[in-house]
Amino acid sequence: MPTLTYRDALNQALREEMQRDPNVFLMGEEVGVYQGAYKVSRGLLEEFGPKRVVDTPIAELGFAGIGVGAAMGGLRPVVEFMTWNFALLALDQIVNSAAKMLYMSGGQIRIPIVFRGPNGAALQLASQHSQAWESWLAHIPGLKVVAPATPADAKGLLKSAIRDNNPVIVLEGEMLYNLKGDVPDGEHVVPIGKAEVKRAGSDVTLVCHSKTLTVAQKAADQLAEQNVSAEVLDLRSLRPLDEAAILESVKKTNRAVVIEEGWPHIGIGAQVVDLIQRDAFDDLDAPVQRVTQADVPMPYNKHLERAAKASPEKVVAAARKVLYLNGD
Amino acid sequence: MATKVHMEALSPTMEEGRLVKWNKHEGDPVKSGDTLAEVETDKAVMELVARADGQLLKVMVPEGTTVPVGNIVAWIGKPGEKVDGDGAAAPAPKGERSAVSGARETPAKPTPSAAPNPAPAPQPVAAVAPADATRVKASPLARRIAKDAGVDLKLVQGSGPGGRVIKRDVEGAPAATVAAQAVPRTADRAPRTGVPYEDVPLTQIRKTIAKRLAASIGPIPHFFLTTEVDMERAAEAREALNKQLGEEGGKISFNDIIIKAVALALVQHRACNAWFQEDHIRYWNEVHIGMAVAIEDGLITPVIRNADMKSLREIGAESRELAGRARNRRLKPEEYTGATFSVSNLGMFDIDQFTAVINPPEAGIVAIGSIVAKAVPDGDRVVVRRRLRLTMSCDHRVIDGATGAVFLKTLKQMLENPLAMLL
Repeated sequence: MPTLTYRDALNQALREEMQRDPNVFLMGEEVGVYQGAYKVSRGLLEEFGPKRVVDTPIAELGFAGIGVGAAMGGLRPVVEFMTWNFALLALDQIVNSAAKMLYMSGGQIRIPIVFRGPNGAALQLASQHSQAWESWLAHIPGLKVVAPATPADAKGLLKSAIRDNNPVIVLEGEMLYNLKGDVPDGEHVVPIGKAEVKRAGSDVTLVCHSKTLTVAQKAADQLAEQNVSAEVLDLRSLRPLDEAAILESVKKTNRAVVIEEGWPHIGIGAQVVDLIQRDAFDDLDAPVQRVTQADVPMPYNKHLERAAKASPEKVVAAARKVLYLNGD
Repeated sequence: MATKVHMEALSPTMEEGRLVKWNKHEGDPVKSGDTLAEVETDKAVMELVARADGQLLKVMVPEGTTVPVGNIVAWIGKPGEKVDGDGAAAPAPKGERSAVSGARETPAKPTPSAAPNPAPAPQPVAAVAPADATRVKASPLARRIAKDAGVDLKLVQGSGPGGRVIKRDVEGAPAATVAAQAVPRTADRAPRTGVPYEDVPLTQIRKTIAKRLAASIGPIPHFFLTTEVDMERAAEAREALNKQLGEEGGKISFNDIIIKAVALALVQHRACNAWFQEDHIRYWNEVHIGMAVAIEDGLITPVIRNADMKSLREIGAESRELAGRARNRRLKPEEYTGATFSVSNLGMFDIDQFTAVINPPEAGIVAIGSIVAKAVPDGDRVVVRRRLRLTMSCDHRVIDGATGAVFLKTLKQMLENPLAMLL
């Protein structure tokens, strides 16, 4: 199986879907001539021309709205935001138009659109450009939200997102674009709404998604040295959430730590914990712990930024807590 | 309107009580102040008295059941009056039985089926656990495992935060059985049945002692008992025996005599030959004496196994051999673990008396001072006798003052009259 970067896996998905379906087109800031701020759209303008790879002005609300209109008219737009921090300006189109149209039109108007771009903190981009938006987006009925953590999942989920007849949010990561991994050639589709056990274990479930998969895997390595067998469950989709997979894992391990990049208050983890306490109550041996970004705007200072982020050390500490290994 | 009779807190630390006996029965007239029932608290059996006049309308809790403080145990009212509990589920004796009412069976000594109080029918499990402080804190998983396995959570020592019972605490925990008042008489002589020990769940009072004393001095609440022993006859016996052994070698030391005496006294006082095991006490039927040996930069306690069954010569030879290898650090792990009681001797350093620190999980250790000639009264005269001061350190979670004192008295008698060891 070929090894690709996350960025090239996305590129492959875009290219294959644009080849497969002439209605698919890409739109966003610098996606064409510059080939993408993060080079996800490398070579696409050359291959598909300016009608299908459209450079837009710096006007997120505008081009998101054009995308929604195009979807209403029968096309399958892929709208790239340079980062999800900029997509705040487009939230009205995403939340009020894309997400609601099917419902408010009585099922007559589908919006098969993909909004994608990097989400969450990278390195020292300061508070306004270091935010994880998944709990905002996954909050909205009418949207699907996926957050692939590996190159293979990036390809497979972007393909599913493009083929879906509903608006799908694809959360990528600046720190993920260089991540390498095996990616199946050609038709590789990862269904939306399916989590995956990335590492099997028996003592504690580490629930993660996107960049926190790496955090969880490092934590699992450290825990293994302490004779703790951690299961790493990558949610992959945040809406719909693979509730069955979460429950199955927790029923096996009896303990869970939920990790996310975002802030703790009303985060994705809160939703996961709600599910576990309700539907796996009798299988729990300890209160579920969460590891999140500190409840502050992301600091610019390097050391403070590191301290604010979810880290393997914090996950290990939380896992030891649910395993009652801290002597408290 | 009928009046509720609650399980009252009859001692300051009482969290639950076992209803030993109903003195009044349904239909009996009662007056305020009458004794309704006898209740075993964490300290003693107390009387539960009526707080209203009328008729004992309904008894909610059968004899032998343990009930948290605050739960309704009966109703008093006018004859024929309806009470809330009629036909409904009895409020929450939870179907679990306390340590007092449920000693577990052991393979060594099956709990007698002819228990004084036959088991009451299990009470329906209350849908909602009572919200009082006596509720056992347990993880949902631990509760489920306990329920499936028939384990009484009250008997389980929780190792989680705030004493929460978690999975690891209930896995392999003994199932609660129903025979009442089968708490073994721990002062019994150890039966030599081929079974090395017997695990006895902590009773209510034992649990309270363990909790309170451990909280006051911690982790092991030590206390100390000292007695002075006249070693004159032991010394004479030792001289005679060593003369007898003569050139054969392998002389007998005072230490050997003391180890033998301690072992024999432990056979008579199994209550001191025990391990504290957090949720139960292990009373050993075998006697293995740990013998503290000073080694370079530390100490180690090689074990003389079945010391009660060995002759003085055997003990002497074995202790010399073990001590020698201990100093050379040539002991195997199985040679310095598994003691049921220990002895520490600093007599050779001219220490009159001292207190030794207990070697957990053992419950006691005897510290041996020097044998010194002392002027002691003998009737009207003063005579010079060889005397020895013994100090026993006791784990109060296992051994109470009187228990230790009785053991020490036996030990003293054996040393003062070594012929008793032949009995």
